[in-house]
Amino acid sequence: MTHSIQHHLTDDILLGYSAGTLPEAFNILVAAHVSMCDSCRAKLESFDAIGGALLDSPEVEGVAMSVEGLEATLEKIASGVRAEKSKSQPQANPAFGASRTIPTPVMDYIGTDLSAVKWKPVGMGVKQAILSTSREATARLLYIPAGVAMPDHGHNGTELTMVLQGAFQDQDEYFGRGDVETADAHVSHTPVADIHEDCVCLAVTDAPLVFSGLIPRIMQRFVRI
Amino acid sequence: MLANLETAPRVDSAQALHTAQGAKPQVRPLTGSGNVTAEVEISKRSLWVSEMVRIRDHSDKTAFAALYGHFAPRVKGFLIKSGADASLAEECAQEVMATVWHKAHMFDPARASVATWIFTIARNRKIDALRKQRRPEPEDLPWGPEADPDQADVMALQQDVEILGRAMADLPAPQRDLINKAYFGDLTHSEIAAETGLPLGTIKSRIRLALDRLRHAMK
Repeated sequence: MTHSIQHHLTDDILLGYSAGTLPEAFNILVAAHVSMCDSCRAKLESFDAIGGALLDSPEVEGVAMSVEGLEATLEKIASGVRAEKSKSQPQANPAFGASRTIPTPVMDYIGTDLSAVKWKPVGMGVKQAILSTSREATARLLYIPAGVAMPDHGHNGTELTMVLQGAFQDQDEYFGRGDVETADAHVSHTPVADIHEDCVCLAVTDAPLVFSGLIPRIMQRFVRI
Repeated sequence: MLANLETAPRVDSAQALHTAQGAKPQVRPLTGSGNVTAEVEISKRSLWVSEMVRIRDHSDKTAFAALYGHFAPRVKGFLIKSGADASLAEECAQEVMATVWHKAHMFDPARASVATWIFTIARNRKIDALRKQRRPEPEDLPWGPEADPDQADVMALQQDVEILGRAMADLPAPQRDLINKAYFGDLTHSEIAAETGLPLGTIKSRIRLALDRLRHAMK
């Protein structure tokens, strides 16, 4: 791993992912970050352990299964039924260190690689592509040319931005590959792509962004930011 | 395991192993099943690990029935609290248990307890069946070609599980209640706020307090 990750997922988000209460768009970002970040992976496994402890807690009485439940389950086993499709967990990409590759959980939504993305221009050379997810939240890829600023914006809800390629600066903080910026409703911010390389980010929001300028606000109606 | 909230030695070493060997991913097998006496010994405090071994190695229906008897009603209850009606929950709980059987070879007792492993299968089933969504999963760690998980790791994990169970039981009721809701009510923090009438800030700080206590207990 070339860049060491400095900005991690919050406990709120990791707990939500473990409990299975986050919208699909957020799950993509969490899965992508955890693919790259050992400390968040370890935290996530701890949150899963809490889920396991709750499931196994002596206080839990459970709800009785039907009389023929065990027999029916054994029949399901015999006929090969399983809760999950045979899709196994994605394996680590061997080319991962090569820093151009993006994590499998994101790849699964865009096809083979970044060149397969159908970008839509949103002005100032910035391009975006919205990933197809459930509607409660939006996931999009952002392509920000080196040195260019995203339009100044605040949010109605939570926005997480993860760097997949390049880097960006937001006020005093620097976000490199794998880093996640967490912004809530009170934050208005202006990420600027690092001048050395074009920046590709995965941004997820659970509410539409609020742009400060009139023109971005008008544009917003057309480009679904 | 919860000690990992602070540091991640096990994961880091696995990562290092991969980098060193570029090994092809491989599922680590369960504890050996040859020594019957040792197995019974471990079974007393192994929290279902030996049942998993018997399911994996011998397609043992008696072991499966025991596991089913303990976990299926709990999974069903979890799914009902998450919004499934009784018949959907019954169906899904059966499917979850069938998956436990089919995937027994993938269970790694040095990495998670049986309860945790079943919880993750049930949670994924919830997202798939109840919310009708895809569940993006992290890339799996490429485990090295280890013959058997270290028995000491397995024991250490079981100890952690016991400590965690006690720490959860010791949580003050309001904190435990909110953790429970966060996992088993299928509610976001804002929805918990709406349901309980507690301010969002209180919910967040109680959950944070509970997590701090659990971390402290695991030190």
